[in-house]
Amino acid sequence: MSRQMSGRGGRGRGGGFGPRGIGRPVEKPKDFKGTVKRLAGYLRPYRWRLLLVLIATILSNVFSILSPRIMGQATTTLFDGMMNRLQGTGLGVDFAAIGRILIMLGSVYAFSTIFSYIQQMVMVGVTQRTVFQLREDISSKLAKLPLKFYDSTAHGDTLSRVTNDVDTVSQSLQQSVIQMITSLISIIGVTAMMLSISPVLTLLTMGMLPLSVLISTLIAGRSQKYFMRQQNILGDLNGHVEEVFTGHRIVKAYGLEQDVRDRFRQVNDELYDNGWKAQFVSGTIMPLIRFVGNLGYVVIAVVGGLYAARGAITIGNVQAFMQYSRQFGMPITELASIANMLQSTVAAAERVFELLDEEEEPADHPQALTLSEPQGEIKLSNVSFGYEPGSPVIKNLNLDVRPGQLVAIVGPTGAGKTTLVNLLMRFYDVNSGVISFDGHNILEIKRGHLRTLFGMVLQDTWLFEGTIRENIAYGRPGATDQEIEEAAKAAHVDHFIRTLPQGYDTILRGDASEISQGQKQLLTIARAILADPVVLVLDEATSSVDTRTERLIQSAMARLMEGRTSFVIAHRLSTILDADRILVINEGEIVEQGTHEELMAKGGFYAELYNSQFTAATA
Amino acid sequence: MWKLKHYIKPYLLTLVVVSGLVFLEVMSTLRLPDLMSRIVDEGIALGNVGLIWRVGAVMLLVASAGVACSIAGSYLASRASSGFGRDLRFAVFSRVGQFSPREFGQFGTASLITRTTNDVQQIQQMFHMSMRMALRAPLMAVGGVLMVVRKDAQLAVILLALIPVMAAIIGFVVLKGVPLFKGLQTRLDRLSLVLREQLMGVRVIRAFNKGRDEQERFQKANRDLTEATLRVSRMMITLMPLLGLLINFTNIVIIWFAAQRIDAGVMQVGNLMAFLQYTMQIFMAVMMLSMIFMQLPRASASAERIVEVLHTEPVIKDPETPSTLHSDRGVVQFEDVTFSYPGAAQPVLSGISFTARPGETTAIIGGTGSGKSTILELLLRFHDPDSGRITLDGVDIRHLSQRYLRSRLGYVPQQAVLFSGTIASNIRSGKGDAADEEVEEAARVAQALGFIKERDGGFDAEVAQGGTNLSGGQKQRLSIARALVRKPKVYLLDDTFSALDYKTDANLRRELAQAAQDAAVIVVAQRVSTILHAEQILVLDAGRIVGQGTHGELLRSCRVYQEIVASQFGEEAV
Repeated sequence: MSRQMSGRGGRGRGGGFGPRGIGRPVEKPKDFKGTVKRLAGYLRPYRWRLLLVLIATILSNVFSILSPRIMGQATTTLFDGMMNRLQGTGLGVDFAAIGRILIMLGSVYAFSTIFSYIQQMVMVGVTQRTVFQLREDISSKLAKLPLKFYDSTAHGDTLSRVTNDVDTVSQSLQQSVIQMITSLISIIGVTAMMLSISPVLTLLTMGMLPLSVLISTLIAGRSQKYFMRQQNILGDLNGHVEEVFTGHRIVKAYGLEQDVRDRFRQVNDELYDNGWKAQFVSGTIMPLIRFVGNLGYVVIAVVGGLYAARGAITIGNVQAFMQYSRQFGMPITELASIANMLQSTVAAAERVFELLDEEEEPADHPQALTLSEPQGEIKLSNVSFGYEPGSPVIKNLNLDVRPGQLVAIVGPTGAGKTTLVNLLMRFYDVNSGVISFDGHNILEIKRGHLRTLFGMVLQDTWLFEGTIRENIAYGRPGATDQEIEEAAKAAHVDHFIRTLPQGYDTILRGDASEISQGQKQLLTIARAILADPVVLVLDEATSSVDTRTERLIQSAMARLMEGRTSFVIAHRLSTILDADRILVINEGEIVEQGTHEELMAKGGFYAELYNSQFTAATA
Repeated sequence: MWKLKHYIKPYLLTLVVVSGLVFLEVMSTLRLPDLMSRIVDEGIALGNVGLIWRVGAVMLLVASAGVACSIAGSYLASRASSGFGRDLRFAVFSRVGQFSPREFGQFGTASLITRTTNDVQQIQQMFHMSMRMALRAPLMAVGGVLMVVRKDAQLAVILLALIPVMAAIIGFVVLKGVPLFKGLQTRLDRLSLVLREQLMGVRVIRAFNKGRDEQERFQKANRDLTEATLRVSRMMITLMPLLGLLINFTNIVIIWFAAQRIDAGVMQVGNLMAFLQYTMQIFMAVMMLSMIFMQLPRASASAERIVEVLHTEPVIKDPETPSTLHSDRGVVQFEDVTFSYPGAAQPVLSGISFTARPGETTAIIGGTGSGKSTILELLLRFHDPDSGRITLDGVDIRHLSQRYLRSRLGYVPQQAVLFSGTIASNIRSGKGDAADEEVEEAARVAQALGFIKERDGGFDAEVAQGGTNLSGGQKQRLSIARALVRKPKVYLLDDTFSALDYKTDANLRRELAQAAQDAAVIVVAQRVSTILHAEQILVLDAGRIVGQGTHGELLRSCRVYQEIVASQFGEEAV
């Protein structure tokens, strides 16, 4: 829904100014109203608490607005006492009155603080629970999204939605919303108080307002420009650093150090030129606003003084007025920045909701099956599939695999080999045709169950941060140490693991650089061996392992594949000579199938492919 | 932070001037309540309208002077902090430029990038804030106290009582709050990590049907984060109103005691009003200081990480008086070279000896992790051997400057690395002054001419960062062209042809053999078929040379080589 009404938002002021995020560019949501409504939905369970927050906020503010007036009374009383002394009436300060006023003042302070405390404590609970829920929703959403989503979105983008965007929403709920209420109450309350003291002084104070708004907008406009440019240059600089550091071996091997440094210096200088301007221009906003505040202070001191000298206003009220005029200016400038903050919050929330609105994988049929004694018989009838409509990757594919058979799939890159795996495991669903497992259409089998029937080793290895032991046991929780080590031995990785400082308890980090790609592949093979699946799928599983080690693993693999339906997708043809059937796929269609001998005898596509790899073998 | 003083030095004068400006600005701010008290005590009380106007004019002047100082200070501080950031960034970048792969491995490339960009930015901001606020806050606090004492020393004693309480609260924030904030960051990182793993590993997670476990893992991280946030927030929520209440009650106490002093005729109301305003200013200043204290640990962590980089000496250094080569033929000799990575129990290479001659191809073959690529890296002086020596035309390569040594070599890595720019600029990075014809010739030999001509702009077609707009095979061919264009004496090819199809591969090899006629070619290979005609093949197993000779010789004598051949061609080939 958030996408239907684009181009609405954009309310509030464009220029960012005020204490927070001075003069920085602001992002605008596409559908302000819809997103706010939806966010409000998350807050609905807490509506009574929010009502409490609202009442507490109002009370806290009312009390705090009252306090300068009361303090002013104390000052007036003191001033009268002083004047009495000066005029020699013999009367001094009225201590009883002062005492009463101060007790009153103390209570007002206390009440204001207590209510403000209640408000914040309740609000932080609401906010954090809401944000927790939001993240939970994203997490369960991610579990339901089809592979298509993962394959087509940048991970960094999704990550940023869960961390940065949710964080923005959280901070905004905690601060901005309340601040907005506070500001509104302050403006109304303070205006009322000022008017009750002196309409003329109020008018003078209001007169300052356009000045500070003008200054802020003018400067903020300029500073935004600089900040935007600075952001771009910073992007260039980071890009350059990243490129040079990642390619440092080439930089060194080709003696490019000087070129690279010159380029860096150039961008760095550019950054400096823009950086200090952005910093300076935005840095003038606060002093100027302070100056306007001081201007108001002087005006009130002078005009108030003149009135007071005539006795038209009490001295305490002048003092109170000074405080009010400060309290008045602040929320006005703050409101603008809050408006900006709220806009970026709504934009952030919108991005989160967009994620939550992504189309899900269709749920399992309620009567979906689990197979009690899976055999591993797989049949494809007239299967067609394409990632994009109109460009099929697989066309009318027919295939009949009996339990225990070893099927090898070969063909040039981009021929649709990996797509077949995606379809078998229901990472993607067929466009037309039927895939069946033991005679059941796989669309009628529980998705989770179907996938556990397959053991998969991919070209892209995936290991998570945890010990090697945990990584191998991933597919079979509760495996004994002995089982784990046996699986590692079968994958010929046991020796390597033992040379690591902590052996099986070595913790793998995200970018595990001490472990080569080939060794990672061996670890994932060990994982598949331990999982003991009904059907084995090896997709370029040993592409980074050298051929000799590969051959050693093959004996283990052969044992593993015995009596098990297996699919092997291979780049190197040497690994698949023993297959019961070799499927040669080209442009989504099976162009040839048969055993190695049959295909070689045929002298077709396969034979050509094979010879190109083993050319001059007997030279 | 202190360790970076060297980079602050050029801005010392600016720093002094900014301090002066901040001081003036603070003085003007402090002066205003004082003037206001005169309006009250002398103007209003005595009905002196003229004085009110006069003092008002002075106040206006003072306020204007204040804003002028403030803006001038902002200007200087912005220039100085940006300049400081620029210098520091350049220093870090240059230092990292000197690092050998060993230091890169030690820090991690990602971490070095962060240190050069974010960490420097962090410190630059801290430096700017220090100049503008860290200076202002204490000046304000001290100035405020002085003014208060001047207004009424006896009343000021009340404030003295306030100081330890404030100090205790700030101390509490720093001691308790900072670790809490750090804990918060750790939990946030944890959440990101879990999520990133789930995004990257979605296929495996689903294949093993572990979605539920992963969701629980996320939920735990989420709950931990929520709880930590609540702890931090609750602490702040309790503390802030307490501070507010403290200052308000101080006001009440001040008014009460002031009432008695006014009654006694030793104090005037205007002074009381000024007194109250100063108290507020002192309070604000102290708050500001504690905020800065909160920022400090983050900036000092950044400073720490930068200093670490700046103080790391690269292990590979140029000799003080580098030699030059007398002859320039390209004879490479390894003499009993042993090398292990730092901290490794076993050497990667041990006892490696061989000679690579001009006009000959030396091929290195062996299993994953057998140390093939390391041989090339040693010759490039990315590492120095633990023992033994490597010579180029008879001179120990440690006696040559790195630049000089590498200018003789044409290195093509396993993973092609391209830089953003154009196709021509990438090839030309092999030889800065190469003429257009040379660039084209190199591209032709590397079998790259075909696809270059097809691209919009030809040689001037843009190459994106990391070469993401080119296919693996295209990147590899450009990477080869880069080596070719410099016409080196020694070619170092690391499994260079893996992404090429058969036909291109064969053409490239034929052309390359011709172009590299007079050079020594050292090639790391995976496929036996590509090195059949090499003059010399080294068979590596677990870091040792287990066979050395031609294909035919090795096929007869070397067991490991036989196994490799068998694994690629089938048993009958042996």
